[in-house]
Amino acid sequence: MNKYAVAMTVASALAISACSKKAPEELPPPPQAPSTAPSTPAPPPQSGPTPGSQAHFAQQMNGRDTIYFDTDRYNIDSEDQAALQAQAQYLSQYSSARATVEGHADERGTREYNLALGERRANAAKNYLVSLGIPANRINTVSYGKERPKATGSNEAAWAQNRRAVTVILN
Amino acid sequence: MSMKFRLATVLAFAIAAAPAAAQQAMPSPPILPTQSAPEEGLSVVVTDESEWQDLGIAIPAFATNRDQPTPANSQGTAALGVELARVIFNDLRNNGLFRPVGPDALPRPTYQQITAPAWGTWNGRSAEMLVHGYVQAAGEGDRLTVGCYLYDVQLQQQLVREGWDVAPADWRRAAHKCADLIYSRLSGESPFFDSKIAYIAETGPKDNRVKRLAIMDSDGANHRFITNGQSMALTPRYSPDYSKILYLSFLNGYPRIYVYDIGTGRQTLVVENQYPTLAPRWSPDGRWIMYSMAVAGNTDIYRVSANGGGTPVKLTDSPGLDVGGSYSPDGRQIVFESDRSGSQQCYVMNADGSNQRRISFFGGRCATPEWSPRGDLIAFTHVVGDLRVGVMTPSGGGMRHLTNSWQDEAPTWAPNGRIVQFFRTARGSGEASIWQVDLTGRNERRLNTPVGASDPAWGPVLP
Repeated sequence: MNKYAVAMTVASALAISACSKKAPEELPPPPQAPSTAPSTPAPPPQSGPTPGSQAHFAQQMNGRDTIYFDTDRYNIDSEDQAALQAQAQYLSQYSSARATVEGHADERGTREYNLALGERRANAAKNYLVSLGIPANRINTVSYGKERPKATGSNEAAWAQNRRAVTVILN
Repeated sequence: MSMKFRLATVLAFAIAAAPAAAQQAMPSPPILPTQSAPEEGLSVVVTDESEWQDLGIAIPAFATNRDQPTPANSQGTAALGVELARVIFNDLRNNGLFRPVGPDALPRPTYQQITAPAWGTWNGRSAEMLVHGYVQAAGEGDRLTVGCYLYDVQLQQQLVREGWDVAPADWRRAAHKCADLIYSRLSGESPFFDSKIAYIAETGPKDNRVKRLAIMDSDGANHRFITNGQSMALTPRYSPDYSKILYLSFLNGYPRIYVYDIGTGRQTLVVENQYPTLAPRWSPDGRWIMYSMAVAGNTDIYRVSANGGGTPVKLTDSPGLDVGGSYSPDGRQIVFESDRSGSQQCYVMNADGSNQRRISFFGGRCATPEWSPRGDLIAFTHVVGDLRVGVMTPSGGGMRHLTNSWQDEAPTWAPNGRIVQFFRTARGSGEASIWQVDLTGRNERRLNTPVGASDPAWGPVLP
């Protein structure tokens, strides 16, 4: 009971601190442990996702596969840098893995401009990964503009989640 | 479709071709020559519709000389006459200029009365204008002949008449041609009803929406899906001759522009290289394709020959995102959007890329500029918190809004430059629908589409 209350408080604190920055309050996703631990036993190590796969990458990144942008912006701030450094570390470790950076925009812009903006964001993330030593030919970019929102609401919190660049490992 | 001709010729032909069946029913050839009405008082500026809002137009069912089945309508030419009048009624009632009354509320004239209206009947119905017409089929499966007459009830005079010979499948086009004839004669504006629209049909949830290329007539009829939805399709543009459609597809996973040939059903990649391409546009003469291409994240505008081959010419070279664009009707200039100043604004350049200058200085952001086919205005999306459709002159003056909703974007012009279509997105659900509005901003209506709809692109009036 006590333990649970503490966990909640920590989660709330995280949400509040996230709120004051540009990252949305729903992100990063909550840690796996509290929800899965009581119901299912920890899986044996062998049955986890294959190292170097998209599933493994997403699990390892734990939310850091995605970086977020302010309205109309595409600059990489310190929080983004930390996430991209984690991605670069992974890509260095699994040197045969190839990645695509998917750029997105929120719904409050016009369709074509948002496609161009998403491409610019994806390239900003790619360029940072390249600056960390990942070969450019291992990273593709693609823009979905505003066509593939992650959060479906029409409010500031949803738009903040949708202005993003997501790195995906190509299996 | 169609062969247009003087009605006197049709009637003479009909008499010669089917004397026994038709002679008795045939109206006597019109005595008045076409275009005989006085000109005064009949031209009007569309943007001031106040005097014309009350112009009553009676549109009773079209008559037929002989009721017979046709491939256009299994119930025969008599029922088709009602349908023709309904199409004309719906065209004319939806643009804020007229107060038409359709065939379901009116007595049906006889075939003889088409050229000799029963004036007493119409005088008593407060109809200032009267539309009469007929439809006849030479035989089963044969082409249809449709005649269209516009009368001034008070003057008891014919104002204009025209006839068309159409394949049965094209019967609606004859009705649109008749509506265009009436609209042009009474408003002084160019016609626009007989035209088509390409657009994107949308289904499914907001975060995984299926987007398909589709086409329809200007009134939503003859709807057809072109792509099956497996790859996301966006931003179509009809070629000036309606033979092809440019659009963006995520076929193979990445955004690229394709040209789809409507006749053969084949499509080809417009630009073959590794970079994403978007925002395809035709030049007014159909000889050039303008597009935007992102290289290392920076988007610029290019053009390439529409015939395939040839080296693309880069028209812009700024560190900002230069996107989209629209040719002036004479093909000499291009209006486009760029965020080189820090936010999306509208710019004009010569067609070769020279003399680039910003035209939007009214605050907010200026996006998706579209040059009117008349050349006098540029429609655009004004991003001011909400997205609104606005118009301005080609020098950026006289900015005014045509719509005021949460999210209206991507205007496209009617071929006569007097009406704008755009798409509206609902807050929350993200559901998209196509709307149109006239230049007063007062006459706004939603188009009927089978599913959600976005990115309308209006083609020219059909020949």
